[in-house]
Amino acid sequence: MKPVRKLASLAVVGALALATASCAESERGDGGEGGGDESTFTFGAAGAPEMFDPLYATDGETFRVTRQMFQGLLGIEPGSAEVIPELATEWTSNEDGTEWVFTLRDDVTFHDGEPFNADAVCANFERMFDQNEAGQVAAEYWGYVMGSFKNDPEGSLYKSCEATDEFEATVTINRSTSGFPTMLTLAALAMQSPKAMEEGNANDIAAQGEGFSFPDYAQNPVGTGPYQFVEYDQADGNVSLEAYDDYWGDAPASDKLTFRVIPDESTRRQELEAGSIDGYDLPNPADWPGLEESGNSVEVRDPFNIFYLGFNPEANPQLKDLKVRQAIYHALNREQLVQTQLPEGAEVATQFMPSTVSGYDSALEPYAYDPEQAKQLLEEAGATGMTLTFAYPTEVSRPYMPDPQQLYEALRTNLEDVGIKVDVKTASWNGGYLDNVTAGKYDAYLLGWTGDYDSAFNFIGTFFGNLKENDFGTEVMPWGKKLADDLQAADAIVDEDERATAFEDLNRQIMEEYLPGLPISHSPPALVVGPDVEGVVPSPLTAEEFSTVSVGGQ
Amino acid sequence: MVRFIVRRMLQMAGVLVILSVLLFVWLKALPGGPVSAILGERATPSRRAALEAALGLDQPIHVQYLRFLDRALHGDFGASTGVLPGEDAFHVFLIRLPATIELSIVAITLAVALGIPLGYFAARRKGSLLDSGAVVFSLIGVAVPVFFTAFLLKYFVAVQWQLLPVSGRQDARLDATRVTGLFVLDGILTREWDAAWDATLHLILPALALATIPFAVIFRITRASVLDTLDADFVRTAESKGLTTKVIRGRHVLRNAMLPVVTTIGLSLGGLLAGAILTETVFSFPGIGDAIAQGYREKDYAVLQVLILASAAIFVIINLAVDIAYAIIDPRIRTR
Repeated sequence: MKPVRKLASLAVVGALALATASCAESERGDGGEGGGDESTFTFGAAGAPEMFDPLYATDGETFRVTRQMFQGLLGIEPGSAEVIPELATEWTSNEDGTEWVFTLRDDVTFHDGEPFNADAVCANFERMFDQNEAGQVAAEYWGYVMGSFKNDPEGSLYKSCEATDEFEATVTINRSTSGFPTMLTLAALAMQSPKAMEEGNANDIAAQGEGFSFPDYAQNPVGTGPYQFVEYDQADGNVSLEAYDDYWGDAPASDKLTFRVIPDESTRRQELEAGSIDGYDLPNPADWPGLEESGNSVEVRDPFNIFYLGFNPEANPQLKDLKVRQAIYHALNREQLVQTQLPEGAEVATQFMPSTVSGYDSALEPYAYDPEQAKQLLEEAGATGMTLTFAYPTEVSRPYMPDPQQLYEALRTNLEDVGIKVDVKTASWNGGYLDNVTAGKYDAYLLGWTGDYDSAFNFIGTFFGNLKENDFGTEVMPWGKKLADDLQAADAIVDEDERATAFEDLNRQIMEEYLPGLPISHSPPALVVGPDVEGVVPSPLTAEEFSTVSVGGQ
Repeated sequence: MVRFIVRRMLQMAGVLVILSVLLFVWLKALPGGPVSAILGERATPSRRAALEAALGLDQPIHVQYLRFLDRALHGDFGASTGVLPGEDAFHVFLIRLPATIELSIVAITLAVALGIPLGYFAARRKGSLLDSGAVVFSLIGVAVPVFFTAFLLKYFVAVQWQLLPVSGRQDARLDATRVTGLFVLDGILTREWDAAWDATLHLILPALALATIPFAVIFRITRASVLDTLDADFVRTAESKGLTTKVIRGRHVLRNAMLPVVTTIGLSLGGLLAGAILTETVFSFPGIGDAIAQGYREKDYAVLQVLILASAAIFVIINLAVDIAYAIIDPRIRTR
C-alpha cells in the first residue's frame, strides 16, 4: 500500500505547488471581464490563416484577414468588381501603357506610425520583386501576374519604380497589358510598412522540410487599413484585430474583429445559430432557406466565376472532332441543372467569363439542350456509343461548384441519354484530382475559376493563353497556337474599348469555332450573418471589407 | 526494474524508427499532396514543378526520408503547410497537445470516477436493477461509435437545447491569457474565472463522448474482477478469520480486484487518442486529433509525420508507465 500512497500524496503536493506558487499574471487590458463596451464582429473561418504577410498568401482564408489590415494602391468598389482609388487617388499612363504615374493620398500612416508616401510604395515594389528562391515560389500571386522576379528581369512585367515626388510614384512595366494596373487591387500586392518589413526581416522566407517557414514579420504585419493586428492565438485558432485609431478613412463600425477557425461547415452553422459567431462564408446552398428562417441573413454575391466541363483531346482523340464536342454540349440540360442543382441566382453560361467582365460578348446565345441533335452530331462524327472518361472531385466545395457529385450525376445522366458510355472517375480535390487534371489523365473533368480581378484575360487568358500549359490540351489542336497568340495580342492592346472588342471577338471564336471546353454556369456564392449584424456588403470577388459591419446596433 | 525500463525504452526507439519509415512511405504514397492543396485551380505543370522542387518533393523517396531523418535529428521537423502553416511541426504538436491532455484527463477521470464505483456496487449487488441497468448502459457505450455519441450529444445538448457550447475550447471573445495551454488551469492561475468556467463548459460534451468507451470497459472489468475476487479462497479465509467486512472489502477485495483495472485504465489512455481524433473533429476541438484529421485533408506531411509519431511514442510511454504502476501495486511482478 505504501508506494501508492506516496505517489498519490506526491501528486497532490505537486498540483498544489503548481497552483499556488505560479499564479500567473492576467494579460487582459483594463476591460476586466473581457469585451466591456467594445463591439466585436466574430467571423467563423473555414481554415487557419497561412500567416499574415499577403505577399506569401495563397488562400482565401488568409486574404480575408489581411484585407482588413492592408490596402492596395487601387481598391475595389464594395459590392462590385469595379476599380476605384484607394491609396492612390489617380493614375495615368504614357501612350504605350508602360509608364504609370500614381498620385498618392497624403494623409495615410501605417499602423506603426510610419508615413505612407512614394518612397514606401517603391520600397514595396522592390521588396516584392526581390525575392529569394523560396520567396519566388511562395509569392505566388506576384509570380502569377508579373511573370518573374529580379533574378530574371527578362521574364518580368514589372521593371522599376521611382518616387518622382513625395506623393507621386512612377511604375514602369516592360510591356502593355490589360492586367495593369488592375492587378494592383489584388490583396497580395497590398502596401506594407517598409520599416516593419525591414525590422521583421520580411523577405527571410525559407523552405523547411516540405513547407515554408516564415520570418517574424509574417506574424506581426503592419499595413494602412482600418484594422490593425493584435494577436493570433494558435492554441485556439483565433485571430484578433482592433480598430486603428489614426485610420485615414471612416472609423470602422466595430472596435474589434475576431476570426475563429471552425473547419467543419455544419459546426459553423451551429455556432452561428448558438450566437457564438456572427457570420461565416459559403453556407451550403441547401441551408440558405433554413438560415433565413431562423432570422439570419444570407448575403448573396453576384456571380464572378465560371463552372466548366473541361476536355483533354490528348487523352481521347475522338474529342479532337469539333462535332463531338458540340454533341456533348447539346446533350447537357444546363437549364435544368441550374434550376435544380445550383443556388438561386445561378445562370447558364454562354462563354468562359461572367457578364460583368469587360470583353463579354452579350450577343452569344447558349447552346440549346437538344439530345436529338447531339445524337446526330455523334453519328456524323462516327462517335456513336463513344466512351468518355469523365471525372469529378470529392471532399471539396467551390464557389462555382457547391456539390460536385450532384452536379456530376446530373451531367452524366445527360451524356448517357445520348448513348455516350461514361467511365466514372473520381479523386479527392487535394488527393489527386487536381494532379490528374493537370497531368491530362481524364478525357473530361469538372473544374472552374473565380476571377481575381476585373479582366477578361484573367479568365480566358488563364485557360487558353498559355499554349504549353493548360488543362484543355489546346496544344494538340490545330487552332491552339493561334488562340493563345490572339489572346496575348488582345491583352497587350492599350485602348480599353479596342481591347474589349478584341476579347468579345475571341469569346465568339472560342464558343463557335474552337469549343475547347464547355462553360456550364455561373453560381452566386453567399456568406451568412446573424440577425443583429448590419452593414455587410457582399463582394463578387469574395473580397468583403468588414469595416462597415456592426453587431447589435452598436 | 531499471534494466526493465531501459530495455523497454530501447524497444520503443526501435518501434518509432520502423514506424517513421512506414509512415513516410505511406504518406508519400497517398495520391495528391501539399502542392495541390496550396496551388488549387492555379496549378500548372511548371508552377507545380517549381513548388515541388522548392519543397524537395521531386527527390526520390529514400533521399526525402534521409533528409527528413537528418533534419529531425537536428530538431527540425519540417514546416507545416496546412494546420499551422509555416510553423515547425513539433511546435504544432506542442501547441495542440494541451487541448488533448485536458480533454483526456477529464474524460478518463469521468470514466474512472463512474466506472469503478459502479462496477464495484454492480458486482456486490449482482442481478439487481442497478447491476443490469449499468451493464446495458456500458454495452451501449462500447457498441456505439464515439463519433456517433459525440454527434448526438452535440446535436441535442448544444444545438437543440443550447445548454452547452457547440464547439471549440473557449469563446473567442473572452480574450483569455494563456500560460500552460490547459485553458481551465490557465483561467485559475490568472484568476480569469470567466475564462476558466467557459473552458470547463466547453470540455463537458467532448469529454463525456470520449469517456463512453473507457467508462464501459473500466466498469465491466471492475465488475468482473470484483465478482472473481469475492469468490476467491483468500476472501473466504479472511471471512473465517473473523475480519470485519470493511477490512475484507477494502484490503482484500478491492485491492486485488484493482490489478486488472489499472491495466485497463492504462490501455484506455492509449485508446483515448484514437477516440480523440473523432471527438475533436466533431467538436472542432483544436487538439492533436483535430490536427491529424486536418493534416490528412490538407496533406500536411510534416504535421502528420510528427503528430502520428509523437502519438505513438505517447502510447508506448503510457504502456510502460502502466507496467511500472502494475509492478508497484503487485510486488510479484517486480521480482520476475
